[in-house]
Amino acid sequence: MSDRQPTTDRGRIRIVGFDEATEQKRDSDASSDAADADGAAADQSIASRAATGIESTTASTSALAQPGRRLENAWRRFRRNRSAMAGLAVLIVMTVLAVFARPITVATAEVTVTLQPFSLAPSDPAAMFVGPPNASPSPAHPFGTDWAGRDQFSRVLVGGRYTLSIGLVAVGLALCVGVPLGAIAGYFGGWIDEAIMRVVDVLYAFPFLVLAIAIVPILEPVPILGSGYWTVVVALAVTGWVGYARLIRGEVLSVREREYVTAARALGVPDRTIIRRHVVPNAIAPVVVQATLNIGTVVLTAAALGFLGLGLEPGSAEWGAMLAQGRSSLLRGDWHVTVFPGLAIFLFVLAINLVGDGINDALEPNRDVDDDRRRMR
Amino acid sequence: MSLGRYVGRRLAVTVPVLFGVTALTFSFVHLLPGDAVDAIVGFRAVSPATEAATRAEYHLDQPVWDQYLLWLRDAITLEFGESPVTGRDVSATIGRRLPATLALGGAAWLLALAIGIPAGIVAAVRAGEPADEVGRLAALAGIATPNFWLGLILLFVFSVRLGWFRVLPPDAPLVSLATAKFLVLPTITLGTASAALVMRLLRSSMRRELDATYVTAARAKGLPERTVILKHVLRNAVLPVVTVAGLQLAFLVDGAVVVEGIFSWPGMGRLLVQSVLQRDYPVIQAIVLVIGIAIVLANLLVDIVYAILDPRIRY
Repeated sequence: MSDRQPTTDRGRIRIVGFDEATEQKRDSDASSDAADADGAAADQSIASRAATGIESTTASTSALAQPGRRLENAWRRFRRNRSAMAGLAVLIVMTVLAVFARPITVATAEVTVTLQPFSLAPSDPAAMFVGPPNASPSPAHPFGTDWAGRDQFSRVLVGGRYTLSIGLVAVGLALCVGVPLGAIAGYFGGWIDEAIMRVVDVLYAFPFLVLAIAIVPILEPVPILGSGYWTVVVALAVTGWVGYARLIRGEVLSVREREYVTAARALGVPDRTIIRRHVVPNAIAPVVVQATLNIGTVVLTAAALGFLGLGLEPGSAEWGAMLAQGRSSLLRGDWHVTVFPGLAIFLFVLAINLVGDGINDALEPNRDVDDDRRRMR
Repeated sequence: MSLGRYVGRRLAVTVPVLFGVTALTFSFVHLLPGDAVDAIVGFRAVSPATEAATRAEYHLDQPVWDQYLLWLRDAITLEFGESPVTGRDVSATIGRRLPATLALGGAAWLLALAIGIPAGIVAAVRAGEPADEVGRLAALAGIATPNFWLGLILLFVFSVRLGWFRVLPPDAPLVSLATAKFLVLPTITLGTASAALVMRLLRSSMRRELDATYVTAARAKGLPERTVILKHVLRNAVLPVVTVAGLQLAFLVDGAVVVEGIFSWPGMGRLLVQSVLQRDYPVIQAIVLVIGIAIVLANLLVDIVYAILDPRIRY
């Protein structure tokens, strides 16, 4: 925005003082710059075209250049945030450990393709009696072994695959449903809004975990959902989308009143394009923040489902499911079976929360994460 | 807008939601794969006579719309029939379990307020100072700790190792010293995450209020900082925290589902998990309905109380 070409090509009427004023305002108010970059670009491109007399076809050609800049600025702010970077480092380490824990192979009838040959985990997470059952941590088994003599260290490493992928996929699916529905409700208003938001209200009457628990028996017999992994993912996505719908609807309600939306509408841009190009990009930042934070909530809920013995097959190396045996083993005095998987969940969710807060501070420093969390309800 | 009209409008929004909640709960049995009778009797092989009797009892021989209305009539009079798994009356079972959950949830809620409100005040007043940073990290840790994990660790340290608390709930009435003592650990487990939530919400709403001009005015007229914070700022800042009672209730219910299992507490949450594992659909249906309606009504109540306390929002 600030490195725009000099205004010599504007035609005969020279507008003096306008650019300096704009630039000063922009420098002093970085956050509104970030929020409105796309919109303001659209506004100005319309204005300059109108001034030079060029026929305007679309309102957003110059707007496309902006998001990159905006992300670059956000990344610079994010990098300066020490706790967020620490969280990011933890996430990266955990992801690498999970991916390289055991080799990943894709097997068809004839060929077996190895996608990832490394193996950080010393033994197969499902292999029983690689050591004595309920052994305490030792050099051979750093996290000890569980009741079936399975190596806890390997299971915790491989278990990260379930947790990380369930979190990402469930939140991704929920966003794919919630963002379009919420944006449509907010943009069009009227009976569309009423209909969508009443559905949201109804789903909101049920707590996250309770709804997921109730959905599991409905989803479980569906054949394509397979071994329970997709049951958990779909249950969490079905319960999760309502929050994003509500949050983005609130944002869209204010964005749709902006001049650039009115201008785009006046130019005859189809509603679909307005929503995709102008409304959603300017309303998405708080949703990105909440989605990041929600990966933590989803991971906790998935682990709770595993702990309760719902969804994934019993005995899966999922962190929550590993704790399902925790109560009986604790009562026997075997603390290590419980401590390590729980610690892994704790670290992951803590890191996600640090990163989420960091993203919020980077994208919209003046916005309050907790305020948005409240508004999702 | 007068209070009466506001309440009327708020009720008008609630009624369709209540219908939606009942309709969704009703359709639960019908969304299950296979015939609804199979679901209700728990997928056992039954004689044609029993099947016909079940069909008639649950009005499954009528159009779906009539089924819903008849089910709704039964639900309003709290008649959910008998559990096909245990053979006990569903309403009676829930009625027996409900007080235990209310006691645990209420205690956890009080603990959350007792920790969250003072911590939130300190964090807001000392924003940016070390105390605020410590509070922020503590709140994050509270949110990130899986409650089942915290419960297991507390159970291990204080009940198994130190022997301060019983492992199983005592065979005592709900209002008794032994029960109260047993409830200490489950309450801490359940209240921790809620306390973190209360703290963060109060901190953010107090930070907003602290910038208001009336705070400057109160300071300018020489009021002690303590009075400004506790009498002026807190009173305004606590309202937005109260409005999330629905969120808090949902949060506590979710927690109770897990925590009750760990501490063998005979509440609704444990009943729900048992019912899902045993595929006891009428019980699941009744519990989900009770929870849904409780949360809708809690939200309604909070909005009305809020409107009485703060007339500005009756726009």
